[in-house]
Amino acid sequence: MEIRFSKKGSTLIVAFSGELDHHFAEYARNRIESELLKATTRDVIFDLTGLSFMDSSGIGVLVGRYANIRRLGGKAAVICRNRRILKILEMSGVLKLMSVYDKPDDALRALPGA
Amino acid sequence: MQPVNEMKLEFLSKSSNEAFARVVAAAFVSQLDPTIEELADVRTAVSEAVTNAIIHGYEDMIGTIRMVCRLYERSVEIEISDEGKGIEDIEQAMQPLYTSKPEMERSGMGFTVMESFMDMVRVRSEPGKGTTVTLYKTFSSERK
Ligand SMILES: Nc1ncnc2c1ncn2[C@@H]1O[C@H](COP(=O)(O)OP(=O)(O)OP(=O)(O)O)[C@@H](O)[C@H]1O
Ligand SMILES: [Mg+2]
Repeated sequence: MEIRFSKKGSTLIVAFSGELDHHFAEYARNRIESELLKATTRDVIFDLTGLSFMDSSGIGVLVGRYANIRRLGGKAAVICRNRRILKILEMSGVLKLMSVYDKPDDALRALPGA
Repeated sequence: MQPVNEMKLEFLSKSSNEAFARVVAAAFVSQLDPTIEELADVRTAVSEAVTNAIIHGYEDMIGTIRMVCRLYERSVEIEISDEGKGIEDIEQAMQPLYTSKPEMERSGMGFTVMESFMDMVRVRSEPGKGTTVTLYKTFSSERK
């Protein structure tokens, strides 16, 4: 699994690729947390487009980060078109916390700080 | 009913084996020519059951996880067992959003994911002895 970061204004885009499971969850958490600490981030877009696999361990990664994003007054959005991953996000209530978009540009338009 | 094919696998409860187990299960099940979607359902459910054995069954210890796959004409039965901690209250454990490890960023969705991607999930467990999760799925398409 790989994570790439990019920035648009105060919005951090976290692009995942590969397979996100329990084995990679801690790595993902640490990478994202230290990026969030680098300051000036308000909103976060989790781009799951590059993921070929995700199970419930991915939910923990997203929801855990969401708590910190909210604490800093930001919003979160998720980019995903994979039906199975969308179903997991939906069932677990993640889509009540963050809106889902097809492309990062769509999310950027919807987030105020970008 | 007699299976048309069967395989058994044992591996250590290391998180690097999560990907290994779901790849092996999917490769074996491929013999029945399921759709790509059905195969992905199996991969996800196996990943959930194996991850649970590692995180909850054995916690910080290393133990052995056993996976048995039985293929029938158009269906599969996958048994994943550990000899770990066991589950006190299976009904509660299977509730959506129930987790005994919220501090570890678990969401309590593993069993719900297994149930929604497979046709049936059966759990047998005894505290102190271990847990066996059996996943059942029938494939839709006709065999080529
Ligand atoms: N193999 C097992 N051994 C012991 N306890 C288990 C086992 N599998 C599941 N459990 C218990 O059942 C609960 C629910 O499991 P489930 O997979 O639904 O959620 P979770 O693993 O806690 O969270 P998530 O799967 O969303 O990361 C667990 O929190 C645990 O208490
Ligand atoms: Mg689980």
